[in-house]
Amino acid sequence: MSPVATEVKTLNEAAARAFEEGGVSVFIGYGRSSDDEPAVPVFLRKADEADKLVFDGTCFSNLAVYLAKPEIKAMGKVGLVVKGCDRRAVNVLLREHVVERDNLFLIGVRCAGVGDPQLGKCGQCDVHDPPDCDVVVDDAVDSPSGDASETYAAAAEIESMSLEDRWDFWKGHMEKCIRCYACRQACPMCYCKRCIVDKTEPEWVESSATIRGNLAWNVARALHLTGRCVGCGECERVCPMGVPLGTINQKIGKLVEQWYEYKAGYSPDEDGPFSTWTPEDPEIGIL
Amino acid sequence: MSNNSETATTTQTQTGDSAWTPRIVAFLCNWCSYAGADLAGMSRNAYPASIKIIRVPCSGRVDPMFVLKSFERGADMVLVSGCHPGDCHYTSGNYHARRKLMVFRELMEFLGIDSRRFKMSWVSAAEGAKWSSVVRDITAEATELGPYESFPSFATWEDSV
Repeated sequence: MSPVATEVKTLNEAAARAFEEGGVSVFIGYGRSSDDEPAVPVFLRKADEADKLVFDGTCFSNLAVYLAKPEIKAMGKVGLVVKGCDRRAVNVLLREHVVERDNLFLIGVRCAGVGDPQLGKCGQCDVHDPPDCDVVVDDAVDSPSGDASETYAAAAEIESMSLEDRWDFWKGHMEKCIRCYACRQACPMCYCKRCIVDKTEPEWVESSATIRGNLAWNVARALHLTGRCVGCGECERVCPMGVPLGTINQKIGKLVEQWYEYKAGYSPDEDGPFSTWTPEDPEIGIL
Repeated sequence: MSNNSETATTTQTQTGDSAWTPRIVAFLCNWCSYAGADLAGMSRNAYPASIKIIRVPCSGRVDPMFVLKSFERGADMVLVSGCHPGDCHYTSGNYHARRKLMVFRELMEFLGIDSRRFKMSWVSAAEGAKWSSVVRDITAEATELGPYESFPSFATWEDSV
C-alpha cells in the first residue's frame, strides 16, 4: 500500500493497477445494466473486463457491503471502488476486524454527489477526497456544494416537533414498514451471521409487521449501529415504503458526536462509543 | 377486577384502595441496588408494591431492548438502578449502562416515547432509605402520568405474562 494514492485518469486504469500491481482476485465496482436504471455492482475477475465499469450520479450503492460476505472473503484480495461515504464504511469494517487493510486495494473516487436531485447527504459531505486509498480516480473534480453543519438537519426537523406529533409521525411510518429488511441488506455494518431478529427461541424482537414489532426492529437496528453508522443513507434510500429511518441513525450519530466526541468511519482503529466510557459521561435525570 | 376500561388496567389492592396503580418494572443490579432494596425491606422502610423488581448481575447487563420490551408488555414506567459510578462491582458495567441507556433515553424522546417513563438511579447497598424514597417518588410520578395507553403494547397485562 503506497502512503500517497496514485492518481489515475480512468477506472480502466484503476482496474488494471488493481489486478497487476495490487494483486486482487476480484474487483468490485459499478456497472450499467441498462440505460434507464441506476448503476449496479459488478464483480470483475480480470483486468480486461474493466470496460464494464462506470461512475456517475447513479452510483448510489455502498459497495463496502460486499466486504463481509463469505463468498467475497473466500476469493482473496479485493479491489473496491469507494466514494467518500463508502470509504468511511470501510474504516468501520477495518476497526471491527472484518477486513484487513492489506487485503484491500481501494479505488477512491472524488465523487461530486449522487442523485438528481442530489441526495441530502451529499450536501454535507466532508470526504469528497476519500482518504487512504491506493488509487484515486479524478473522474469528478467538483466538490458537492453544501454545508457540513447541516449534517443533522433531517433529525433536527423531527426534534422540533412536539412529543405527541413525533409519536404520530413515527407511528404512521411504523404502520408502513413491511419488514423486508432491505435496510439491513444494504447496510455494510449489518453483517451479523445471525441477526437479532432471526433468533426465534426465544423471540428477542417481534418478527410480525405490527407497529409494536416494527418499532422494536427499527430501534434495535439503530442501537446496534450506534457509533458505527456512517450516514451513507442507503438504508433509507432502499426502503420500499419510504420510512425515513436514516433520520433515526442520524439522531444517534448526533448524540454520539455531542456527548462522546466521536464520528464513525474517520479512523480505522479508534474504539467506538459503546466500547469505551469516561467517569464524566453525560447523564440526564439519573436519581 | 378492573373498573371501566378493558385494556391495560388492573387494580391492585393496597389497604383496600381500588384506584389504578401504575405498573413499574425495575431492573436492579445484584450487588448494589437489589441489596439496597433488600435493606429497605429489612429496615421495614415501606415502599409501594407497584414496582416489579428483576434482578440482574449488573446494570451493564441491561440491554435497552429490555426497557422497550417492558413497555410492550404493559409497563407504565421502567426503572434501571445500579451501583454509583466508580463503585461498580464489575468495575465499569455501570459506565457502559449509562452510555447505552442515556442514548436510548434520547432515542425514545426522538421517537415520541415519553422519556419521563424511563428512570435510572444509582442506589448503593447501604441506601435502603434512598431506595424507598426513589420508589415512592417515581410511583407518584407514574400515577400522575397515568397508564401508558398510547404505546402499542400487548392488549392486556395478562396477555403478555
